[in-house]
Order: sequence, then C-alpha cells, then structure tokens
Amino acid sequence: MSEPFDQGVQVLRQQIDAGISAYFSSCVHCGLCAEACLFYTETDNPRYTPIHKLEPMKKLWRREHTFWGKLGALLGLSEPLTEADFSEWETLVYDSCTLCGRCSMVCPVGNDITDMIRKQREGFSAAGYAPEGMKEATRRALEIGSPMGVTYATLKAALAHVEKDTGLNVPVDRQGADYMTLFSSMEVVNFPEYIAAITRIFHAAGVSWTISSEAFEATNSGIQIGNKDAAAELVNRVVTAAEKLGVKSVISPECGHAYMAIRWEGPNLIDRAYPFEVVHILELLDQLKAEGRLRLASKENTPMTLHDPCQIVRRGGVIQPPRELLNSVAEHFIEMKDHGVMNWCCGGGGGVSANERAEPLRLQAFNRKKQQLDESGVDTMVTACANCRIILEEGIEHNEMDTAVISLTELIADHLLEGGKEN
Amino acid sequence: MIGQFIDGPLWTFSLTVFLIGVVWRIAAILMAGKRPDLATPKGSAGAGALRAVFSRFLPERTVTTQGRLPLIAGYLFHLGLFALLFFAQPHIDFIAEKITGLSWPAMPHWAFIVAAEFAFAGLILLWLHRILHPVTRLLSDLDDHIGAVLVFLVMLTGCLALAQAFEPLRLIHLLSAELLLIYFPFSKLMHAFTFVMSRSYTGATMGRKGVNA
Repeated sequence: MSEPFDQGVQVLRQQIDAGISAYFSSCVHCGLCAEACLFYTETDNPRYTPIHKLEPMKKLWRREHTFWGKLGALLGLSEPLTEADFSEWETLVYDSCTLCGRCSMVCPVGNDITDMIRKQREGFSAAGYAPEGMKEATRRALEIGSPMGVTYATLKAALAHVEKDTGLNVPVDRQGADYMTLFSSMEVVNFPEYIAAITRIFHAAGVSWTISSEAFEATNSGIQIGNKDAAAELVNRVVTAAEKLGVKSVISPECGHAYMAIRWEGPNLIDRAYPFEVVHILELLDQLKAEGRLRLASKENTPMTLHDPCQIVRRGGVIQPPRELLNSVAEHFIEMKDHGVMNWCCGGGGGVSANERAEPLRLQAFNRKKQQLDESGVDTMVTACANCRIILEEGIEHNEMDTAVISLTELIADHLLEGGKEN
Repeated sequence: MIGQFIDGPLWTFSLTVFLIGVVWRIAAILMAGKRPDLATPKGSAGAGALRAVFSRFLPERTVTTQGRLPLIAGYLFHLGLFALLFFAQPHIDFIAEKITGLSWPAMPHWAFIVAAEFAFAGLILLWLHRILHPVTRLLSDLDDHIGAVLVFLVMLTGCLALAQAFEPLRLIHLLSAELLLIYFPFSKLMHAFTFVMSRSYTGATMGRKGVNA
C-alpha cells in the first residue's frame, strides 16, 4: 500500500465524528435520496444514488465502529478499505456530486449526505484520488492566489476599465473602511460588469468600502477538492487582509461556494471566530434597500425567474434577499417549480465545473434545469453566482435554448437611481 | 421447561442485551464527538434540531412525486407497527406485568386488525421494493434483509398468538421477539433511536444557517 493511500485512510478516519456515526447508523437504505439528485434523475443510474457515493467511508466506519465490522476484522472476514475502492469511487465522489445539498433535505432520517461527501473528499484528496482539474486549480490558488491564475495585476487592469467606464474611483487598501470586498476569479475574468455594478451601487448608497490588493480572491478550491489545509490557508489570507485593514465586514461576492467557504466553513477551518462580520453581497444590497440607501427606479417588464445558487440559498441561508431584490426591479418575477431551498442545481457546483472529464455527465444532468426552465415558461433567468452563470450559459448553448442569464447585482445596478436620476 | 426458559431467563437476557446495546451504541456515537461550530450563527441550532426531528416525518415534494411507493409503504409499516406494539391489549398487559407496571387503554379489536394489515402490507411492499428497485437493490445488504425477516416473523407469530388460546404460539411469538431484541442493537434497526440524533445534527447545522431543514 502506498503512503498517500495510508494517509487518505487516516484522514478519512479523522472525519468520522458523532454526526457521521449517527448518519451511517440511521441510514436504512431506503434510496429516497436518489430522487433528489439530478445525476440520478437524469441518468437513471443507481450508482449515482447519493448515499451509494459514500460506500468507501461506510466501509471504514463499519469495520472500525460497529460490532460486526470489528468482529469481522478480528476474524479476518471483513475486507478493509483498499486503493481499488478509492479508484472506483473517485468519479462518483467528484464528477457526480455538486455538493448541492438537495439529498440532505429529503433524507427521512435526516442524514446530511452532502456533508458526508464533503468529508469523504478529504480522504480521497489526501490519498491522491481527485480530478486533475481540481488539483491544478488548488495548486494555482495556493501558488498564484487564484484557481484561474488571476493575479492582482489582472484585477488592477480590470479595475482601471471599471474606473474608466463608471467615472468612479475604486478604493484599494483603504485603511478603516467598513467593508472589504472579495471577488471570484470568474467575475474578474468573465464578468467584470459585476465589479462595475458594485462600484456604482456602493457609490450611490454611500458605502465605505475597499478592495485588498493582498486578498481579493473569494473562491476556495480547498473546500471543493476536500483539502482542509489548503482551504484554511486560503481563508487565512482573507482574514489576515481584513484584520490588517481593520474593516468591520467582509463582503462575499455572488459566487456560491465562495460564500460557503468564507462565511460558514472559514472560522472552523482556521479554528477561530472572525473579529469581523461576513455578509453576502445580496444580504448587503437587501439591507441597503431596507435602510433607504439603495434607491431603485422602474421595473423590467420582461418575465423573469430566479435560479437559486445552492451554496447561497439551500446551504447558505440567503433565501429571501434575492427575492426581495428581484421583486423590486422585476414586474413579473415568476418562481420556478422547486425553487428556494429545493431548487435544482445548475450541475457545475462543488468543483464539477473545474473537472473536465465530468463535462458530458454535467451536460446530461443539465436536462433537469432545462425541464425546470421549460415548465416556468420564462426566457430570462436571474442568478447570483458566477459559476452557476457560466454553467447555465453552457447548458443553454448546448441545448440551443433561447434563455438569457443575468446577474442579480448587475440587474440592480441597471435600475439604480443615481443622483436622483435613473441610470 | 422450554416455555419457562423463554418466559424467564431468555426474556431477561434479551431485554438486557437490548437495553445495554442501545445505550452503548448511542454512547459510542456521542463519544465520537463533534467540533463546535465557530461561524457566527444566523439562527438557533436548538430550534433547528427540534424542528428537523419533527419536520422530517413529512416528506419533501420531490419524494412525494418520485418515491410514492416506499413513502406510502413506509408510513403503513411504521404506523401499523407502532400501533400494534404499544396499543395491542396483550402487549399492554405484558409491558405492565413484566416491565413498567403501568398500563393504558388498548385499541379495539377492529383497529388491531387494521393496524396489522397496514403493517404487513407496508413491510411486504418495502421488502419487494428493496429487492426489485435498482436503487434499493444496489444499496441493500444482509442486515437489511435479516431485520425485515425478523420483524416479519415477530408480526406473523404475534397474529397467530392473538387468540391466546394456544400457549406454544404465544411462546413462539415471545421467542421471535426476544431474538429481535438481541439482534436490534447490532443492526440498522437502531435507526428507531438514532434517527433523532441524525435529524438533530443536520437540523442544528442548518438551523444555524437560518435554513429550515
């Protein structure tokens, strides 16, 4: 057996806490979680049943935490976890799970299957069984500072364009600002309009904000691949920068898993509570609107629907703010069937979008979102996650659909009442 | 002689194994520990846990539209078994005499028949679903089948013993129940207790995030 394999088993062993033990003890193999998973519903392949993706961890738990498992191990009758298990399950653990959390909402015994898979990934990653694309993204994040290789120089160039387009100053490294804003690489590279949008909104609302030149990247490949040390290092960079600038709050960008990383996993990764608050950009916009600082004018007449990013809504708890905001700028906001905490994933979360070999399966799984959209009868979909946006656009193009995907923050900026005038 | 053994020492032994086993399993889970969540909560972990313990008795729409058979069969079996276990007159008498000394009103005979039909129909449907549906067939292991067979035997012998006219039938029912009690702590049947823990852990995590799970 190889050293990484042993390390993987050891890391997996460390993941088995009271929660995991209760979950495995409670699972009665009813299979209902399959009906909540888009990889099962769109393929009818029973191997994509969420709880089945946890067989390696269950094998270890059973052998080391149950009477029959321990007896079997003693008598040499039960098979230990092997490299073959890691190898066989790697695609199930990474390619066919977006950590969307839908299965965790339907389990009759209440198992948080998503959390189990998130923890199982820690063992797989340590054993070296993870997709190359995710390994590379994590390496780039640690070495360069961004999974897409975006440096501060790249951001600086984007900010120069934003300043030119908006005529506004973008504050960088401003000591004592109220808010420090983070971005996802995708926003910097693919959707710089987002940066322009928040620049205009913050200016109009009189928000004291800044960007840190030392930590502007919000995405965290470490939590996607399942590498606690890498994830903690990436969170630490943000925390250090926020403490250095003395900000009161850190703003998570629209990106879903970035919010999960910095808001919910972050303090646990670095083993301490933050001395500042973390807010999602939609929470802040909703708050500014409630305070009367974000003034909006006119409404879109085009019927619009909302795609709830899993990590922001179902796993993150930002449920009402996107609805309040969209309702304030859309005359005809139509909810999709299964919206909110039971929304269907875009198919590219949890690192699947960074996993090239998963693309055919991801596009097949997108049929669920297509069906959801078709049922809504709406051609304009608003969302609040750069990764969802890219994945949705790819799926729409692949299926030759006529659906526009727009960012909620950008939509809000388009309806901003600036200086008493509508933009 | 055998009757006295089943009625006496074996009952005491099986009940002891059951009680110690259940406590040991629950203690083992709790002792595995769980790190405190350091993220600033949005909502209450306690309220989330309490909510999840009860809300998960009702299914999400995804399950009601896609998983109707196991859902309906699950309700039939669990509700029927619960009624039989705690509201059948012989069980109330047995519990009062051998365990607690307390008794409560029993359900009428017709309700017993309905509950038994529910429980049998539910268990048989669940087992058929287990062996016929590709998902449950893939997931199921020996433990699932042993548990189903033991519960079926207990229910079957219980119905046979209902008239209380033939002592050996009562003893066979008691013997099968004792086997079930001995097997219980070492099996998935433990979900009858651990579901409270799993729902609570998930409910607490989600409750902190302000999500009703």
